[in-house]
Amino acid sequence: MYHAIVFLPLLGFLIAGIFGRMIGPRPSEIVTTSFVATSAVLSWVALFSVGYGDGETTVRIANWMVSGDLAVDWALRIDALTVVMLVVVNSVSALVHLYSMGYMHEDPSRSRFFAYLSLFTFAMLMLVTSDNLVQMFFGWEGVGLASYLLIGFWYQKESANAAAMKAFVVNRVGDFGFALGIFLVFYLFGSTSFDVIFPQVEAFATGAAGEGFSFLGLDAQGTLTLACLLLFMGAMGKSAQFLLHTWLPDAMEGPTPVSALIHAATMVTAGVFLVARMSPLFEFAPTALVVVTGIGALTAFFAATVGLVQNDIKRVIAYSTCSQLGYMFVAMGLGAYSVGMFHLFTHAFFKALLFLGAGSVIHAMHHEQDMRNMGGLGKVIPLTAVMMVIGTIALTGFPFTAGYYSKDAIIEAAYASGAGMSDVAFIATVLAALFTSFYSWRLFFMTFAGKARWGAGHGHAAQADAAHGQTTHGQTTHGQTTPGDDHGHHHDHKPHESPPVMLIPLVLLAIGALVAGYFFKSVFVGDGYEAFWGDALYTRPDNTILHDLHYVPAWVVWSPFVMMVIGFALAYWMYVRDTAVPARIAQEQPMLYRFLLNKWYFDELYDIIFVRPAKWLGRFLWRTGDGKIIDGMGPDGISARVLDTTSWVVRLQTGYVYHYAFTMLVGVAALVTWYLIAGAR
Amino acid sequence: MTVTAAFFYLFAAITVASAFLVIAARNPVHSVLFLILAFVNSAGLFILLGAEFLAMILIVVYVGAVAVLFLFVIMLLDIDFAELRQGALQYLPISAVVGVIFLVELVLVVTTYTVDPALLNLPAAADAQPGITNTAQLGSVIYTKYVYFFQLSGLVLLVAMIGAIVLTLRDRPGVKRQDAAKQAARTRETSIEIRKVKNREGV
Amino acid sequence: MITLVHFLTLAAILFTLGVLGIFINRKNVIVILMSIELILLSVNINLVAFSSFLNDIVGQVFALFVLTVAAAEAAIGLAILVIFFRNRGTIAVEDINTMKG
Repeated sequence: MYHAIVFLPLLGFLIAGIFGRMIGPRPSEIVTTSFVATSAVLSWVALFSVGYGDGETTVRIANWMVSGDLAVDWALRIDALTVVMLVVVNSVSALVHLYSMGYMHEDPSRSRFFAYLSLFTFAMLMLVTSDNLVQMFFGWEGVGLASYLLIGFWYQKESANAAAMKAFVVNRVGDFGFALGIFLVFYLFGSTSFDVIFPQVEAFATGAAGEGFSFLGLDAQGTLTLACLLLFMGAMGKSAQFLLHTWLPDAMEGPTPVSALIHAATMVTAGVFLVARMSPLFEFAPTALVVVTGIGALTAFFAATVGLVQNDIKRVIAYSTCSQLGYMFVAMGLGAYSVGMFHLFTHAFFKALLFLGAGSVIHAMHHEQDMRNMGGLGKVIPLTAVMMVIGTIALTGFPFTAGYYSKDAIIEAAYASGAGMSDVAFIATVLAALFTSFYSWRLFFMTFAGKARWGAGHGHAAQADAAHGQTTHGQTTHGQTTPGDDHGHHHDHKPHESPPVMLIPLVLLAIGALVAGYFFKSVFVGDGYEAFWGDALYTRPDNTILHDLHYVPAWVVWSPFVMMVIGFALAYWMYVRDTAVPARIAQEQPMLYRFLLNKWYFDELYDIIFVRPAKWLGRFLWRTGDGKIIDGMGPDGISARVLDTTSWVVRLQTGYVYHYAFTMLVGVAALVTWYLIAGAR
Repeated sequence: MTVTAAFFYLFAAITVASAFLVIAARNPVHSVLFLILAFVNSAGLFILLGAEFLAMILIVVYVGAVAVLFLFVIMLLDIDFAELRQGALQYLPISAVVGVIFLVELVLVVTTYTVDPALLNLPAAADAQPGITNTAQLGSVIYTKYVYFFQLSGLVLLVAMIGAIVLTLRDRPGVKRQDAAKQAARTRETSIEIRKVKNREGV
Repeated sequence: MITLVHFLTLAAILFTLGVLGIFINRKNVIVILMSIELILLSVNINLVAFSSFLNDIVGQVFALFVLTVAAAEAAIGLAILVIFFRNRGTIAVEDINTMKG
């Protein structure tokens, strides 16, 4: 069964990728979607068999490489953590496949798209089922590749190409740290296989491995911390945490199903998964956990502030994803791994729902993405509106929705924990909850409520125009800035509801967003924890966070709800009641507005620090290093010297016979002189 | 000083002097004449060495043929003497220096050699009988031991003659010449014209 | 007493003069040909001197052949000179530099 779960998407990729042109787009769609759907169903079966039952196994597939001390196998590690991820990945992927059949209906390269989606699914499955770090790295790189291919799917668009490259390069920075972490783990524990590493960690960290261990001047504890930090660097890159987050907003250049699948539910959660999987290591490196918490809190806050003022519907949701990932890492850092996984689980549902709903809106508006050109769509596309409401309330943590259970658990854990940075984390997550509620309802009101701003030509909301910050570096919102833009004509077309093939996934996800929290909360944060997880997540005996978070003061429990209400009220006031307020605030606080709109100027900062020097260095090495020095000393130099020498030697060829005779005479005289003096033997 | 020595020095001095004047003379005709003088004096030297046949051959061939040929060519070419008088010998110093060095080395070589004593007491040539003339001596060797070289040198001369003719022959207009092939290919139509002539009237 | 060395020295002097003659003169190709004759003459003197002092007739035979070849070569050389003059109109050595690189 596990072979089927992992390899059916690969088979789908191969069929659609290699034979896509032959069999045509419709069969490609159907084949890939049905394969992934089968995988999804099997994953739910596995969830109940492993989680609620006793089905943990390791399925060995093949031998990969043996080199010296390094022995790596292709193997599937099936435990509770794996099956949770399997369910998430396969379900969302299957629904996205189904949705794409409608969304990408007019695209000429559909088979390629579905092939890439299935490739991504396979790589992600390899990642989550991996039994060792090298296989995980293979899956890691595979999803990075699929992300690149899918972001740049419309490769004729230059901004898409740039965004794809940016995603890949920023990911690569993280991967570099990840690779170093793998090397260090191998160095410390002699293997990359989890079954071999995990038992050794405690002995190593507590110094039972012997005194005098030193690596680069760090003792055993320090080295372990270093390894965890390096692994976390990979997680930062993949999950778009603060400092390595710049690629996620630009990744919205890809089609919306891609954003839903990769950049909401699955790939970006790979980092969270990594930390959870390596919990045995992280538990013994408290400093690393503090760093994780800090970065997560900072990301949650930062992304939420930027999401407050964005105008592109997908970008708001992207920053929301970034922020929620920060939440997950906060939970991980506090030692509450299952809480983080719970939020991952629920977030996949409602964030995919929000993205696919946004896709439905975009589809209805004929690829218009700027919210300033929307409005009043609630009457026109009511089903989508309802779906978006469900997604929004789940995201903001309305009681009894999925997000309520998971998000509030994180906030409670932040309060209850005594670990370093936990206070900062608490304040940051609470504030982020406020911002989340505000921008989510802002999105909803701007899109679905109020007066319709479409159909009247190029209606930028006039108020927002005045303090419009410059959009910089690839943040061109899709198809709205230039008058006479192709899509502009479609504004006159009345928006219509999406076809059923796009709405069914929305409905399924909505059900998940509503009930997943309630049904699964006992497993993740409640009494069913032990039975479900078993050995999958490791916690030290003194890690009682799961227990403590249930015993926090009442005000802590109510604070997310209060934040949600405040955010809703603010958004309602500013975007339904009195729509002149946002523009006024923007005018009164231009610097703050621009700072947030330009994402805290991170792109500009990175451009100055990294991109320009890299380009300069590249140009220098190319022109001077390669051109002048290597070419100059090598082929060009030698040919130039040959020319120089010959032009000098040519002057000896005078054409006069008597010159030649004279030279002969001098030669003979010299020879004889030499023999006379040196003495011929 | 014996007579031989005196004649040697006389002949040698004149040879060297005329050789020098060959290359130093401005007028090429003078150069040829000095060359002739050098040849004649060398012939004298050859006679001193007992190679009288060679000496005579030197005069007959070199002076009588080669030098005269030189003269003919000089007179054939329309050489502008005025132009020849000019010209600085800018290379003279360095050439002279190199030449002197070369000469000194040559002399060093020829004066400091030692000959294996065994070689010096060569028996007279097997076919050398006292009283036989130099010519007969040469003849007895050339036509027997070195006959092939003799024939070859004949061929060389033949080739040289043919080559010289082939190189310089040109058809000048107005020079009467026979073309045997054309002569043999004459037909009646092209050569004879029959005219009826009346009595006592010419053509 | 005239020894072999005298003749060899004389031949050396003649040889040097002949070689110098080739590149001292600028004006006349004929002088070059005459210098070649001088060189050949010096060689002949050498050969005959050795033949005489070593009592071996082969030297003179060789000298005879040298003579033959010298005559042939002088003839050809002059023929070439005549043609050259026909085509160029000058025999100044300075003007003969078509092989200039």
